[in-house]
Amino acid sequence: MTRLRGLALPLALVLMWQIGAATFGVQSDTLSKPSDIAFALVAGLGDGSLLGASVRTLAAAGGGLLIGAALGVLFGLAFGLLPPLSRLMRVTVETLRPIPAVAILPIALLAFGFGYRMEIAIVAFACFFPMMILTEHAIGQIAPRLMEVARVLRLTVAQRVAKIVVPASLPRIFVALRLAAGIALIVAVTVEVTANPMGLGYRLMTAAQSLRPADMFATLIWVGFIGWALNRALLAVEARLFAHAPEA
Amino acid sequence: MALASAVQNAAARLIVDNVADRKPQLVFQSVSLSFGATEILRDIDLTIGEGEFVCVVGPSGCGKTTLLRLIAGLLKATGGAVAYRGQVHDRPSSDIAVVFQDYANALLPWRTAEGNVSLALEAARKPRRERPARIAELLRKVGLETHAKRFPTEMSGGMQQRLQIARCLAQEPSMLLMDEPFGALDAMTRQKLQDEILAIVSQSNVTTFFVTHDLEEAIYLGDRVVALAPHPGRIAKIFDVSIPRPRDQLTTRETPEFLHLRHKLFTFIREAEA
Repeated sequence: MTRLRGLALPLALVLMWQIGAATFGVQSDTLSKPSDIAFALVAGLGDGSLLGASVRTLAAAGGGLLIGAALGVLFGLAFGLLPPLSRLMRVTVETLRPIPAVAILPIALLAFGFGYRMEIAIVAFACFFPMMILTEHAIGQIAPRLMEVARVLRLTVAQRVAKIVVPASLPRIFVALRLAAGIALIVAVTVEVTANPMGLGYRLMTAAQSLRPADMFATLIWVGFIGWALNRALLAVEARLFAHAPEA
Repeated sequence: MALASAVQNAAARLIVDNVADRKPQLVFQSVSLSFGATEILRDIDLTIGEGEFVCVVGPSGCGKTTLLRLIAGLLKATGGAVAYRGQVHDRPSSDIAVVFQDYANALLPWRTAEGNVSLALEAARKPRRERPARIAELLRKVGLETHAKRFPTEMSGGMQQRLQIARCLAQEPSMLLMDEPFGALDAMTRQKLQDEILAIVSQSNVTTFFVTHDLEEAIYLGDRVVALAPHPGRIAKIFDVSIPRPRDQLTTRETPEFLHLRHKLFTFIREAEA
């Protein structure tokens, strides 16, 4: 019920937009009637162009996320388990971390040219730092008592990592993964809008440049939907996997 | 019936009278411990015999838990010597199990009751196929056999503490350290668990070092009660408890010896705190 009430305002705005556009006959290169946008969306889905672009964007975002998250978790684990190493690397990390992912686009373009590899590299760079920092933080949050239990039971270092550290920090690492997935999608679309001629970002860009605002908005709405669905899916997985974690 | 209990009491008395003859298992020799300039424990001399039940009481800040952590091997003495079975003791041993007060933090929330007991067996490198039977046996011992598949968050405090005890028993320790294990439980559950721990200890003849702030609990459970004094923590007095076993929540607590000891211990602590 509350959710329905929350939809009232956006629906009213869309409706007013539609009525306004229909009555005053707005002719614009940047705006479009909601009904035209809806038609463009259906058409895009019908001819497969929207799905094809989605597959390419998601492949690049997913690939980058996988690489960036895996490396981030590994480094985060190492830093979390070995605080002296973390202190040693802090300056390096704090220098590299503030670089906006998109700023390495020229380098990635030189190294890999257009295509998947360049986009994956940038997405991986963008996902790496949040994953690393949040993983290290997650390890710091493990109850000291659990590490004492590990000592008293005389678990080996490998056992401690596999049986205590990783499962104890997994709920928090998964939250980080969910955040990183959002970042991956944003960065992938950004790279496509600015440079890489493929995927949803490129479709958005070409629609805008060839003055097809309905198509542009349709793509935009579709990107928003994908982001929303991705987050919902990961939330559902999280709830299933960590039903017994006391807190995330 | 009366005869049987008389014989039992006589046997129990015999054991109690033999406290002095027990083989020493753990020996503290003028042990002290400081964190930087803060002196936590001073000149602790204590010998714990095999199969003995030693309770430790004292006002907060007297180093009860620190003493337990020394025995657990989680801390190193900064002065004196701790010897376990004649060997220098400065690290955790698989022979010594610890029951922590905060069971919620000491259990793995992502593992079921079975899984939590299994952790100790995995640490001991017990073959996988031997684990299920052993786990079932241990859970039965603490009365959790019907809760094997439950997660700690689905259990009451008393059940969680029982589970932690089961995990400790999985280590097959010859010494059990308990740090105010029942402090967070309600009175009824506490009494039940006191009796369960007495039954477990008498079955397996495990040596027990039991920290508590409940003086009556200390007398009810212990063969000896060590009273610590604070700032810095030191042994103020050791009380022998020669109340026969098995003990009973109702009758033991009504015996003149119990009441007499209770009086002495309360008076002592009151004076120590004053």
